[in-house]
Amino acid sequence: MNWQDIAAQLFPAGHQIVQQDHFLCGTAQVGDAASGTEQTVAVIGTCKHAEIGVEIALMQASAVLEVVREHPRRAILLLVDTQGQRLRHRDEMLGINSYMAHLGKCIALAQQLGHPVLALVYDQALSGGFLTSGLMADACYALPDASIRVMDLTAMARITKLPLARLQELAASNPVFAPGAENFLRMGALAALWQGDLAQALQSALAQPHPSDQRAQWGSERGGRTLAHPVVQAVLASANTVPHA
Amino acid sequence: MKSYLEASARQRLQYLLDEASFVEILPPTADGAFTSPHLAQLDAPTAFDDGVIIGRARLQGQAVLVAAQEGGFMGGAVGEVHGAKLAGLMQLALHEKPQAVLLLLESGGVRLHEANAGLIAVAEVMRALLALRAAKIAVLVLIGGANGCFGGIGIVARCANAIIMSEQGRLAMSGPEVIESVQGVEEFDARDKALVWRTTGGKHRYLLGDCQQLVEDEIAAFRQAAIDTLAQLNRAPDGLALSLAGLQQEQAQLAQRLQDFGELAEPLEIWRKLGLAQPQQVALMDATQLQAALAAARDADKPVQEGV
Repeated sequence: MNWQDIAAQLFPAGHQIVQQDHFLCGTAQVGDAASGTEQTVAVIGTCKHAEIGVEIALMQASAVLEVVREHPRRAILLLVDTQGQRLRHRDEMLGINSYMAHLGKCIALAQQLGHPVLALVYDQALSGGFLTSGLMADACYALPDASIRVMDLTAMARITKLPLARLQELAASNPVFAPGAENFLRMGALAALWQGDLAQALQSALAQPHPSDQRAQWGSERGGRTLAHPVVQAVLASANTVPHA
Repeated sequence: MKSYLEASARQRLQYLLDEASFVEILPPTADGAFTSPHLAQLDAPTAFDDGVIIGRARLQGQAVLVAAQEGGFMGGAVGEVHGAKLAGLMQLALHEKPQAVLLLLESGGVRLHEANAGLIAVAEVMRALLALRAAKIAVLVLIGGANGCFGGIGIVARCANAIIMSEQGRLAMSGPEVIESVQGVEEFDARDKALVWRTTGGKHRYLLGDCQQLVEDEIAAFRQAAIDTLAQLNRAPDGLALSLAGLQQEQAQLAQRLQDFGELAEPLEIWRKLGLAQPQQVALMDATQLQAALAAARDADKPVQEGV
């Protein structure tokens, strides 16, 4: 999926997003003056199935910090298209986990200072690259055709030494193993899928409050991930039952 | 002296915390209510605690909430229940406001047997930890287990206020085996244990500034470092929260690291550029000697990176 086409649909009033290799950054206009919903949003993202190495993690973090510094409370939209973290010795030697954590912390700072942070998986999202982008947002959305997964089943079979045929069979019926936006919706990782009028979908999402991490609850309500929420609730309930030694 | 590396997660808790102070939350139940719902269909064994132990305890008299991942069960990897216990513990900390949350991390990251559920669970753990930063509750990470601290949990670790490692501990993102299988043995030879150690081990992380304390492989040493680090952190509670100034500083430090070391091929070259006169000797130094060597290099005004 071409990011320019998505941006045109999201921002009919115009945008100033600039692509630099696999990195996207800029601003866009959302809403309209007539209804009093006009606002500028910051857009930060990746394209062309970006692999997230130390450089692009740092570029995204820098862009988030600039919004926090220059435009208090401005909404941020993360556009997600990533094949995951870069698999290189050099990145590990330099501490890629620190670079990715830094990006996560920058997004968290923005959230804590009152910036709404939304994300849209418009093409592909995998593992580490997804953790520090879409999965950090107040609410993550996806296009119905988006490809979301941890890794492909062949690699998973090799690493876990489980039979590929068994994984394929499970993936057909079980959202835990199956890739795809619909399954991540059922498991609560996504707030919703966006179809039809993307500009309208974005505007509605921006108007909605996203108070806290509701993903475990969504997973439970939607039947795709049923144990996470009760476990969290059981831990919280222990506040009243287990005395401090 | 009790080795941290060789101890189980439960033994680590026993010797790290004040004597008999640990009280488990969600202890094992007869009906196995909190075991993985996904492993049976893959004919994989389950664990009654799903590979992580959480609870309340005291550390030198101070109330703490604590979690310890058990590397002996699926390498400490995070599944749905495992992750929910960690995220739940951190949400509990928001209410109880302990003096600290201690995370004894040992994990390969997402448990592939629970694929999507594991990934989402790690994301929930990360968000829950970052909420503790806003609440100014100190989060300390201890790394010294045989399975290291990898994948999403390697990211989670670096979201905490401080990391304490032994030289046997390893902290990184993708495991060497994964990199080798995708990019080939020329990229990263996973069987070259010395290279793996130089790239991901506690000493390299300490020299880069990614861990704040390097200790010997003894549970007692981890305990003392945790007490000291916690006292230091809680002396300036405003510094516990994320701040624009703090993250701008981290941004500059990480950019500087790329500039200083981005063209180098080998951790030994990084250590030399940090000003360690005999980088080959690093493998032979104990934690105290390495700290002294780094301090001497800093005094000599060579380019170095501060911990963040």
